[in-house]
Amino acid sequence: MPRLRINGDVRDVNVPPDTPLLWVLNEQLGLTGTKYSCGISECGACTVLINGEPVLSCGLPVSEAEGVDIVTIEGLHGPVADALRNAWIAEDVVQCGYCQPAQLLTAAALLSTNFNPSDEDIDAAMSDVICRCGTYQAIRKAIHRAAGEIRHEKK
Amino acid sequence: MKKNNIDQKRRDFLKLGFVAGSGLLIGIHLPGCTEAANQSVSTPEIQDDEFKANAWIKINSDGMITVTVSHSEMGQGISTAISMIVAEELEADWSKVRFEMAPVEDVYKHPKYGIQWTVSSMSIHASWDLWRKAGASARQLLILSAARFWGVSVNECLAENSTVIHKPSSQTINYGELIDKTDGLSLPENVRLKRPDEFKIIGKSVLRLDSHEKIDGSAVFGTDVKVPGMLIATIVHPPVFGAGIKSLDAREALTMPGIKNVLTIETGVAIVAETFWQASSAIPSLNIEWEKSDNRHVSTRQLFKRWKKLGAKEGKVFFEEGDVKPVFESTSRVVEATYDLPYQAHATPEPMNCTASVTKTGCEIWVPTQNQKGAQEIAARITGLDNEQIRVHTTFLGCGFGRRALVDYVGEAVEISRKINAPVKLIWTREEDIQHDFYRPATHNVMKATIDSHGRPTAWLHRIVGADVFAQAMPKVISGMMPDSTPRFLKNMATSLAETFLPRIIAGKKAIKSAGPLPYRIPNVQVEFINDDPGIPIGWWRSVAPSANCFAVECFIDELAAAGKRDPYELRIELLGANPRLQHVVRKVAEMANWYEPPPNGTHRGIAAHDFQSTMMAYVAEVSVNDFNEIMVHRVFCAVDCGIAVNPGNIEAQVISALAFGLTATIKSSITFREGKVEQGNFDDFPVLRMDEMPRVEVFVVPSNNPPTGIGEVGVPIIAPAVANAVYAATGKRLRSLPLRLDEA
Ligand code: FES
Ligand code: FES
Repeated sequence: MPRLRINGDVRDVNVPPDTPLLWVLNEQLGLTGTKYSCGISECGACTVLINGEPVLSCGLPVSEAEGVDIVTIEGLHGPVADALRNAWIAEDVVQCGYCQPAQLLTAAALLSTNFNPSDEDIDAAMSDVICRCGTYQAIRKAIHRAAGEIRHEKK
Repeated sequence: MKKNNIDQKRRDFLKLGFVAGSGLLIGIHLPGCTEAANQSVSTPEIQDDEFKANAWIKINSDGMITVTVSHSEMGQGISTAISMIVAEELEADWSKVRFEMAPVEDVYKHPKYGIQWTVSSMSIHASWDLWRKAGASARQLLILSAARFWGVSVNECLAENSTVIHKPSSQTINYGELIDKTDGLSLPENVRLKRPDEFKIIGKSVLRLDSHEKIDGSAVFGTDVKVPGMLIATIVHPPVFGAGIKSLDAREALTMPGIKNVLTIETGVAIVAETFWQASSAIPSLNIEWEKSDNRHVSTRQLFKRWKKLGAKEGKVFFEEGDVKPVFESTSRVVEATYDLPYQAHATPEPMNCTASVTKTGCEIWVPTQNQKGAQEIAARITGLDNEQIRVHTTFLGCGFGRRALVDYVGEAVEISRKINAPVKLIWTREEDIQHDFYRPATHNVMKATIDSHGRPTAWLHRIVGADVFAQAMPKVISGMMPDSTPRFLKNMATSLAETFLPRIIAGKKAIKSAGPLPYRIPNVQVEFINDDPGIPIGWWRSVAPSANCFAVECFIDELAAAGKRDPYELRIELLGANPRLQHVVRKVAEMANWYEPPPNGTHRGIAAHDFQSTMMAYVAEVSVNDFNEIMVHRVFCAVDCGIAVNPGNIEAQVISALAFGLTATIKSSITFREGKVEQGNFDDFPVLRMDEMPRVEVFVVPSNNPPTGIGEVGVPIIAPAVANAVYAATGKRLRSLPLRLDEA
């Protein structure tokens, strides 16, 4: 029985080891902020953080997710997350919202190592997550805004 | 006890008041009904500390105001916009306003279409006055109640920020405190609506009301619905469209973990399991033999060949101005070209899904849909229940783009739930979603024009060959437009009559939208349509026919400008003399882009404009082509006039969203058929625009006092021609089919 560390909690799940992490989170644990959209590691909707790095959970068997720290949108907290959420609201980023958990998690991974990303850095980090609503420009702005806020607080 | 009685009276009275009043609104109780009526299926429950002013507004004793949103929220911002409009006239404190989705009720019908749905960028335009009146009447009712409570003249009172103020004495009372003081008052009629210069909320870039739940993972989309005892299903449709099932062998699937059932339904084979992962993992183990359908010969390659032949002959004329024939016969400066538009998938991020729970006495549905009435109708047809026994809950939509105006997935979930006697959540795989869409139809466009010695077009012919969306899709929604009381057999009859006759009657009428009339002044114009429907399922795709027609029109105008050695911007300005709103928008966009200055290093410009249901828009795109012949779009300028800009920030967001949607179809993806099957199946072979491909977009919203027009779709049709025209400026090559590919040119 796979044992997982998710959002700081330890959870045992009773699923075959080849079940993709996406479905363990979404269906077994009710963490529905992790979304299904393609199932073939193309769209990014299922992004979670594993040891702080964005990972596409539809392509990751749960057996390979043992012994690591998994963070989903429901467990995304802390100063970087707060700065991002504030910026997301201030820039009115969301539209349909389906991709947004993945966008925020991916942005959080970027900002946790780079407090001053250029547009190119943002594009490179964020291009794994498709937004069919085309909120990309607002996301760029929001990441810059959040980065500014984080830099300001660090001073 | 006493309070309840008073409440009951108050509610009854409100109902009567509204019926006698504007006639727009309904209360929540049938006259003379007892408390039991509170629990009737179709009406939301009202708590004791709540006051339902009308179908649109509920006020709590703590002052919270809930606006009922009758349109689906699919990202376009309608829930915020409706709330803003109601709050404006209600003089509400915006920080206390929230929204909830409406149930299916007659009062929430779209005033233009007579059916509760969200389509055609028509929500604000069609219901703007209705929502303003709802807000204004409630505001006046609250003022009346305050004046009576104080014993002062109503003329001395005004409302502001969720408070009624008595001017002479400066006493104030909050809306929340007034909700139990309206007994015996009737809904004021003919209340004055505000002038645009009095607006406090409308016209400001107000932040969306649905952000919080969409950034913490708590927003409930269709795929997130949970119902006690629910099973999960997925579906396999016939790979060749229209094919039936010959035989099904599910023995192996049924031995797999969690699989509960495999069953044949109207549209395909459903697999029911404990989880979606189990259900979708069992798909490869199914042994299905499909019937041989004639559609197995359909291929888009052949289709375009056929359409080329058909397009060489005259079609049926759907729009005519002047007479093109003599001009074509007498002029030598004739320009001709053909444009081919492919099928397009909606590819909503949230795949098609629906949760249904059917019992003998009722049916409950939770669904991300643009068509609540259609959902109720298809459930009624399948279950044999009456409409009022079917309750539809609208979740958030992971986009709609017109796909969710059709309700095939609702019918499937209802049919499965009914057959397995359990609540079920049906989720399509992405592959099914891409391969069993109702596509934007492909078309072949024949263009022919003449120009005079000044380079002005003198005659213009546009012949469109293909299928008409409305001819195929209208029969599917027609029963929802009939009154609930119509017997089922009549509805079914109407549907089958519509399937037989409607295509012939309506094919072409809406397929020529944006092709004729043209916004440009050309003395002789003829627009023809040749109806040739290969049967490929088609539907409404964000902006519908103009998404194809504008490509042909706006590229061809550019070709004429080149042939007449005219600047494509100046030619447009000249031809828009009789259309000052669009002309202004085109001027504005050229100014934004510094049209007369050379474009930034290595880029080239293209321009395109159109009038989409009275929203005027123009783009200038800055494009470059790299050594690998790849087209990169760096920056796009946009000017748009959509009347009063209810929420300018959201208008900008919608323009950018539509542009991105259109850009996927411009430079990335299309749907093709081979042997009756869709060749694409997921985001690997139907790629969607990513962030590193997204241009910088600058939007200018023209200030206006005209009533608002639509914004959700207008940005789609002209991005392809703007980019194609820029590619011509960059390379001298005219790309006349989508997606744009230089290596094939
Ligand atoms: S669902 Fe995992 S990348 Fe698309
Ligand atoms: S907000 Fe809709 S897909 Fe990104």
